[in-house]
Amino acid sequence: MENAEASAVPVAGGYVYRRHALAVRIMHWINVVALTILLMSGLGIFNAHPALYWGQSSYNGKPPVLELTAADTPDGDKRGVTRILGHEFATDGVLGVSAQPNGQRAIRGFPWWMTIPDMQWLSMSRAWHFFFAWVLVLNGLAYVGYSLVTRHLSRDLAPTRFDLAGIRQSIVDHLHFRHPAGEASKRYNVLQKFAYLAVIFVLLPLTILMGLGMSPWLNTVLPGWVGWFGGRQSARTIHFVCAWLIVAFVLVHVFEVIITGLFNNLRSMITGRYRVRTQMSEGNAPGPVSGGNDEAQ
Amino acid sequence: MKRSDRRKRRRFLARALGLAGVGALAGCEKLSQTTWFPAVLGKADVLSEGAAKLVRRKALAQEFSPEDRSPTFRSNGTADPGTDDYQALVADGFAGYRLVVDGLVESPRQWTLPELRAMPSRSQITRHDCVEGWSAIGQWKGARLSAVLAAVRPKPEARYVVFHCADPMESDGTDLYYESIDFDDAYHEQTILAYELNGQPLPVKNGAPLRLRVERQLGYKHAKYVMRLELVSSFAGIGGGNGGYWEDQGYQWYAGI
Repeated sequence: MENAEASAVPVAGGYVYRRHALAVRIMHWINVVALTILLMSGLGIFNAHPALYWGQSSYNGKPPVLELTAADTPDGDKRGVTRILGHEFATDGVLGVSAQPNGQRAIRGFPWWMTIPDMQWLSMSRAWHFFFAWVLVLNGLAYVGYSLVTRHLSRDLAPTRFDLAGIRQSIVDHLHFRHPAGEASKRYNVLQKFAYLAVIFVLLPLTILMGLGMSPWLNTVLPGWVGWFGGRQSARTIHFVCAWLIVAFVLVHVFEVIITGLFNNLRSMITGRYRVRTQMSEGNAPGPVSGGNDEAQ
Repeated sequence: MKRSDRRKRRRFLARALGLAGVGALAGCEKLSQTTWFPAVLGKADVLSEGAAKLVRRKALAQEFSPEDRSPTFRSNGTADPGTDDYQALVADGFAGYRLVVDGLVESPRQWTLPELRAMPSRSQITRHDCVEGWSAIGQWKGARLSAVLAAVRPKPEARYVVFHCADPMESDGTDLYYESIDFDDAYHEQTILAYELNGQPLPVKNGAPLRLRVERQLGYKHAKYVMRLELVSSFAGIGGGNGGYWEDQGYQWYAGI
């Protein structure tokens, strides 16, 4: 986020300032594209063997920890089921068995509309996945480098002592969908900071590392390193779980974007311009946000 | 702005985003069907292979203890080549089997199975990683490929070893499986022509009488039913020209990831 004083333009009820630098906006949208393609091509790869295991090998006498498969019905048909740690769930139509674009039911882990390409085509899913993995990694390195050099990291993302003292209040505010307004909306709040830091420095690196852990060649770089995470099949399981944690983060992120002013937030990530309301006027309140929590920040 | 206007704007935004999403996915489908786009995606393989080979080119794959071995070693792909020639080999216990090594070598020659068993060998318990995602652990014993190559003396222009196999990939008996590796892998400590799995002669379902073990690569590189090694300088004129059966179907030649 940039210095408000330098670029603030007064508008009715407040002013507009440049919130996100061009580089951050570009890297953000590259991330959106790369992560979407990585998720969907990853599910395409997963579908080639829609089961997850713990340990080095898939065939160690123990059942999979997760399995998307087809079970026989009494009338000789197939229905999709999901087995997690020995519990079976009926997931017909989405997981295990689902309809293809032509309407025919097929046995496949995730349905066609969640994979790239939509048909089961492992080599093509891999091609997409490994290309956009490089996009994600290079974009991520550029972001971290940029954030260190411009002090985006220390200025905007590192929690302050003030932030830490307000964690409890921030949790309560979030649970009531109360968000900082006015001047306080120009800073990331403490939960937001922790969420971003966790994704940037823990979740994404761990996902990438576990992806590399599936590579038989990279397994040799440091003898036995994949064993620290439980083994190659564990790495595959962790990679899968991390991918869905990233999806969970994105869902919360998009939810927060919507309820704190979809248009204003989207605009700030496209043109950089963000409107700060210094006074509330009728019909202008950004969604269900109440103005009363400036003091709490 | 009025509330109704805001609602309209939100609806417009949501629809625009939804349409863009659907359009983007349809675009991904179209792009997958072209020849040029997968070629662009494939450029990343060069980066991946380069990055992987930057570090420790001779490093060994992890080896395991006997109790880590999978109860049964899964068979994937061909479980029995089923051709008349192959069945004749099985019928006499592979007594008639000859491994032919030729191509860009100074002294081409053949090996019987007992001769291969007399070559310098290596035994290793390693993890087999399939491109589909699963892994199995087995104990392999076989002749070191480096020793076989030393016996035939590759010519300076030789760059790859091509493995010609006995298993047809078409039901009419054509399109024999083949694979290839470069000299980094061919001379690697753990690269062997395996004739034993878990202390027993290699079963038919796992590639009898001889299969490649190239431990830093995915399963499809580990050619089964190996009949002939050909040393070449390029893949032109062999199969589809991409260095392997699955490579001709669009899989990466470098299968280290």
